[in-house]
Parts: sequence; structure tokens; C-alpha cells
Amino acid sequence: MELPTQTFRVTRADLVRYAGASGDFNPIHWSDRTATKVGLPGVIAHGMFTMALVGRAVTTWAGAPDAVVDFGVRFTRPVVVPDTDEGTEIEVSAVVKGVTEDGLTRLDVTATCLGEKVLSQARATVRTPR
Amino acid sequence: MSLDPSFVGRTYPPTAPYQVGREKIREFATAIGATDPAYHDPEAARALGHPDVVAPPTFPVLVTMAASQQIIEDPALGVDYSRVVHGDQRFAYTRPVVAGDELVCVNTIEEITTRGAHGFLTTRTDVSTAAGEPVVAVWSKLVVRGEA
Repeated sequence: MELPTQTFRVTRADLVRYAGASGDFNPIHWSDRTATKVGLPGVIAHGMFTMALVGRAVTTWAGAPDAVVDFGVRFTRPVVVPDTDEGTEIEVSAVVKGVTEDGLTRLDVTATCLGEKVLSQARATVRTPR
Repeated sequence: MSLDPSFVGRTYPPTAPYQVGREKIREFATAIGATDPAYHDPEAARALGHPDVVAPPTFPVLVTMAASQQIIEDPALGVDYSRVVHGDQRFAYTRPVVAGDELVCVNTIEEITTRGAHGFLTTRTDVSTAAGEPVVAVWSKLVVRGEA
């Protein structure tokens, strides 16, 4: 079963706010000068910010803020965030892979930016709503 | 400098307790755009059976990232943090983190591998309350990029 795609807009302001809230002040997430110096095309989103947005998608599909029992991803491609009002967009979709012996639902998640996958092996196991 | 594979299996001493604050959870939830009332309003969280506001699923990384400094800064292991990129991340929860938790981390090095010039370091952090109740196990794979 395919779950409805969710879209998240990501701007530089979001990265600054996430840096402050998470304590991850790596300058590749706010300084083009630093990002390009280490070979990136420009400022990129924190991998953990992308994972947090996917987490939002998963809890929305599950229908509960505390539903996630297991959640893992591999970061395969950076999410480049241009210094524009629009920023960029991450699209998150998922398919239900099945139900575990314990009655938990397993999801395979896909996250893309500009049509390219930014995560692989993104999987979540969630409790079904009470 | 490459990673020393003899570190596989090493477990580090427990970290000092991290106090999970209600306002920190709210700040984190706001930063990721998570508006569910259980992340912000203690009453909404209590209605779901939790003692205080619930942390969003990736919140524990704040605790484990600070705790992993004891591995990354271990001079004998040889991680050059300026060359580190995040490879994998996984959380396996016994229960969600909630405000008021006092969390202690125990770091274990699970795997060290090398492919070409790159080193791969997998750590597991067992996060429990100061009283010993397990909360979440967190795995991170860091890629230490070799000199081009």
C-alpha cells in the first residue's frame, strides 16, 4: 500500500533554526564559503534535519506523535539549500511493507530532492493508532 | 591516519546525565515544524499516557551527539572530525523520550571498516535513565573520508 506523499519546504532560515535547536553548528549548513571550500555545491541541510522531516511524515502517516518504534536511514546525497525565499523541497513517500509478529507496521520510505533520492534504506516501524 | 580496528567492541564509561527539558523539546519540535500538541503541551502528552511533553523521534541525537565526543575525541582511535560525514543513523526505542528524563549514554564501537581511502565507524549508544531504565538504542555510522 502506498501512503500519500508529503512535501517539506526547506530554506536557509530553517537550517539556522535547526542548528540552534540541535547544537549542530557545522558551517557547511550556513556558510557557502565553507561549503564550497570542502567541495560541496553550496550550503546543505543537516542530514539529521532531513531525517527529522521524514520523522514528521512517518508520525503523520502513523497518526500518533509517539508511534515510532524503530527508524533508520542512510544519507546518500546532500540536500542543497539555495539562499532564496523558496529554498528547496523534500518529497517523502512510503509503502507499507507488512506487519510484524508484534502487530507493528513496517514502512519503506523514499525521500527525494529535485527528483533525486537523498536517503536509502530508509525504514520505520510504527505502532498502529490506539 | 586510519582508524584503529582494535577498538571494535570497546565500551566507554557512562556519560554524565543529560536533563531533558520541556522547553528544549518544544524548541526542537518548533525547529523541525512538528506541531503535534503532545510535543508542546503537557496535558496533550498526558492524554497519551506520558508524564510530560514527548520528544519527536530524532530528538535523542542531541543527547547522543554530545555523548559521542568521547569517541571522536579519543586520540588513540584517530578520528579526524574535519573529514567526517554522516553515513547512517538508526533509533530503536523502548519508549519515547519525555521531558524530565535524565539520560545516561553508554557508547560502544560496533564496527570499523575501510574501503579504499575511507574509514567507516559504527557506534551504538545505549540511552537509559539514570535509574537504569532503557529508553532508546542509537546507531550512527560515520564516514571518515580519506585524503584525495
